[in-house]
Amino acid sequence: MAAIEAAALGYPSTSPTRGSGPIHRRRRRLTLFRVIVFVVMGTFFLVPILAMFEFTTRGTGLGAARTLTAWRQIFDYPDLIDAIVVSLELAAITSIAGLLLLVPTMIWVRLRLPRLTRVIEFLCLLPLTVPAIVLVVGLAPVYAWVTYFFGSSTLTLAFAYVVLVLPYTYRVLDSGLSAIDVRTLAEAARSLGAGWGTVMWRIIAPNMRSALLNAALLSVALVLGEFTIASLLSFQNLQVAINFLGRANAGVSISVALASLFFAFVLLLALSFVGRRRPAPVQEEE
Amino acid sequence: MTEELGSVVDARPRQGGRRLPLAWLGAVPFLAYVSIFLLLPTAIVVIGAFAGPNGPTLSNLNTLTQDYVVASFVKSIELSAASSAVGAVFGSLLAYAIVTGKPDATMRRLVTSACGVLAQFGGVTLAFAFIATVGGEGLITVFFADRGIDIGSSVWLFELPGLTLVYSYFQIPLMVLVFLPALDGIRPQWREATETLGGNGWHYWRHVAAPILWPAFLGATLLLFANAFSAYATVAALVSQGGIIVPLQIANSIQSEVGAANENVGKALALGMVVIVAIVMTLYVVLQRKSAKWQR
Amino acid sequence: MTQPLTDIADGTSREHGVEVRLEDLRRVYGNVTALDGLTLTLAPGELVTLLGPSGCGKTSALRLVAGLEEADGGRIVVGGQEVTNLPANKRGMGMVFQAYSLFPHMTARQNVAFGLRLRGVRDADRKRRAGDMLELVGLGAQADRFAHQMSGGQQQRVALARALAIEPQVLLLDEPLSALDAKVRAQLRDEIRRIQLKVGTTTLFVTHDQEEALAIADRVGVMRAGRLEQLASPNDVYARPATAFVAEFVGLSNRIPATVTDGVAEVLGMRLPLVDPATPSGDAMAIVRPEAFSLVGYSEADTTADPLVGFVIATAFLGAVSRVTVKLESATVLAQLPTSEARAYPAGTRVRLNLRTDPVLVSPLTTVGAKG
Repeated sequence: MAAIEAAALGYPSTSPTRGSGPIHRRRRRLTLFRVIVFVVMGTFFLVPILAMFEFTTRGTGLGAARTLTAWRQIFDYPDLIDAIVVSLELAAITSIAGLLLLVPTMIWVRLRLPRLTRVIEFLCLLPLTVPAIVLVVGLAPVYAWVTYFFGSSTLTLAFAYVVLVLPYTYRVLDSGLSAIDVRTLAEAARSLGAGWGTVMWRIIAPNMRSALLNAALLSVALVLGEFTIASLLSFQNLQVAINFLGRANAGVSISVALASLFFAFVLLLALSFVGRRRPAPVQEEE
Repeated sequence: MTEELGSVVDARPRQGGRRLPLAWLGAVPFLAYVSIFLLLPTAIVVIGAFAGPNGPTLSNLNTLTQDYVVASFVKSIELSAASSAVGAVFGSLLAYAIVTGKPDATMRRLVTSACGVLAQFGGVTLAFAFIATVGGEGLITVFFADRGIDIGSSVWLFELPGLTLVYSYFQIPLMVLVFLPALDGIRPQWREATETLGGNGWHYWRHVAAPILWPAFLGATLLLFANAFSAYATVAALVSQGGIIVPLQIANSIQSEVGAANENVGKALALGMVVIVAIVMTLYVVLQRKSAKWQR
Repeated sequence: MTQPLTDIADGTSREHGVEVRLEDLRRVYGNVTALDGLTLTLAPGELVTLLGPSGCGKTSALRLVAGLEEADGGRIVVGGQEVTNLPANKRGMGMVFQAYSLFPHMTARQNVAFGLRLRGVRDADRKRRAGDMLELVGLGAQADRFAHQMSGGQQQRVALARALAIEPQVLLLDEPLSALDAKVRAQLRDEIRRIQLKVGTTTLFVTHDQEEALAIADRVGVMRAGRLEQLASPNDVYARPATAFVAEFVGLSNRIPATVTDGVAEVLGMRLPLVDPATPSGDAMAIVRPEAFSLVGYSEADTTADPLVGFVIATAFLGAVSRVTVKLESATVLAQLPTSEARAYPAGTRVRLNLRTDPVLVSPLTTVGAKG
């Protein structure tokens, strides 16, 4: 729709030769606006990133050359490496567990328990209303039991993280499910003799690939950036480690922070290419 | 074995309880999990806020009326309001700039991916980024110092204007993410119809686009408010001590080693936070419903 | 603001519409030429349909007239006034889009009254006139409903009412029925014509559905690749197609090998006059309508060598008429007969075809095969 809007404004499909009419004038104003916005915003957002990069490549002493010492030193801090690894593991576990918990439930509710839709929606919106800082207050006693059963590994944070990602994953999965006609697909499969497991795993899930991927990667981004719960439950994850190290060695901590930022960015950028491409409309043969 | 899929419209009365419980089993894993890790902690907070050494009490709530607590709530609200205003305005401008391009343009992909990261990534990374920029040895600070300008101590970063700036860093991207779908839902036919009916750009915005978009816009702003209000990590990394906003005070109450009484105070604070955020989120949901009704 | 309609330069009253002239319109997108010199004049009060396949330029033409896009060449003259460089909101044209054009936050009445509101019509007058327009399109009772509470057909009626409420000089319809169910489509198209005749506005109607185009138009313009292939009455476009493309796009047609000799075509053993006597001699393809054929049963007197003798392969029952597919020696043809006759020749029957001796359209073989 935006393309048509753009086309309606004469952008970018107008031929470049004529440029006088009201539509061209509007297009030029719009382009100017867009350029200004992108440049200003781009500067605002890129400057701190650049500053981080600049900071981490400073040499010691006045006028020293740029150096990658800060980056190399990452490997001198085993605790930091551990924290990175743990965070990556947590990201993987959380995204998979979140999907395993939500996807079958949402499909099932759509097909068999439509009255629960509102309830599920509310429950998934709740974590936005109960902020992490508040949740952690109530989680502390719960985690006493968790460590009793599952030990005190940092990976137990996954239980809390699944809750944190619920609002985002729910929204993505919901629009993914809305885009495909779940009911018809399920009925067609069932009429051909498929069991529920087959329906979910082999019929519906493949049609939601981009939504699933989207949800997984959003979870990854969130987990990598999470600080509050880990810190206040006294676990060591990536952000906690960075924060801790920040007092001692700013350069290294900032370089890790920058790296994690880029990592998540590349992930999401790659995702945007995997997303459902609008198939070219098939021309009817005349 | 034939099974109703529940999609067959039930004009007849529910066929006995035999089928219902089985279907409900499918929702149990999710409901159980959410109960343990979301509802239970929330309940603990809510109940704890009213708990005292001798049973239920309102005394914890009294701490909410103390000056320093009120001050921190006020500061929290100010910060949230300011940063959501900034985020709403600039975020919607950025979103508009994106949506008027091609739907699969590279710029759109880049910007939305970046927004996705930055909206989540606040916290420690963000704090450090700003320290690296305008902190004591930050890029900008040094840049100006080399030219003989002292932009002042970096303390301003930890005050309201500075924090607003820092918060904008994740508020603007969040606004883009939340508001973009609403802009996408604007059909080009509406503008064209307005024109053929004799209206110009101003008429279009005043009579068509603005009325359609304002619920989504306001809703998004509220979401930004709730987001800022709940934020803890950024400020935790920036401010080494003191409890100028509510999340910091809650954290203090958890981490301090004074006994149970203080813990319950923390819960009272948490309850206060939840109430405010809940009000905001309810308004948000109401506005969402309203705007969704029109955009099909 | 749009000019009040009483200010039309040549004094033509709106009761009888205005003349619309398109002169050599060109429109280019990048390196695709959407319109390649379109020239067309609509007489006051006339309804002209632009008919053609996707990409033929018909929608581009409409949008140029509306002012939603700018022409890269040519002029548009409405009621004696050139509007080529006039912005869309000053052209006084009513437009009905294919879908989604109703403002979702306004009721039907408010939608219809919108154009009047922009012209400063007072509140009470607005409501009344909007109500009148909605009555005209048969939706008086739904005036206070919203778009999402109405069916597709109802929404398009509201869109029509909205376009007509401003008493436009020209009415433009961009495939208004394409998104609707078949039954609703047929009903609504007749209504649109009825209303158009009543109000008398010059109308340009774009569609890819040839049945629609033929049913309601005063004249039909068949377009292809940015050009007009033929502009004529529906009857002429159907019965006397100017080119092979028109013959094949409009209605069904059979393509049968033929030979042209000195202004006469030999088709299936019959000698027929030519629609275009100047057709060069040689091998060619004849384009024959199904209803030009009739069937008789095979008798002993017919020999299998007769090119008009063959077998019935299949019959499609279409209500009053049926279409019978007959396999001849040199071609397989589709014949259209009244069902009562077709019943006598079930699949497998040997039959002999009769071909009417009307002038036949013939294409030299070199141009045959270039489809739509």
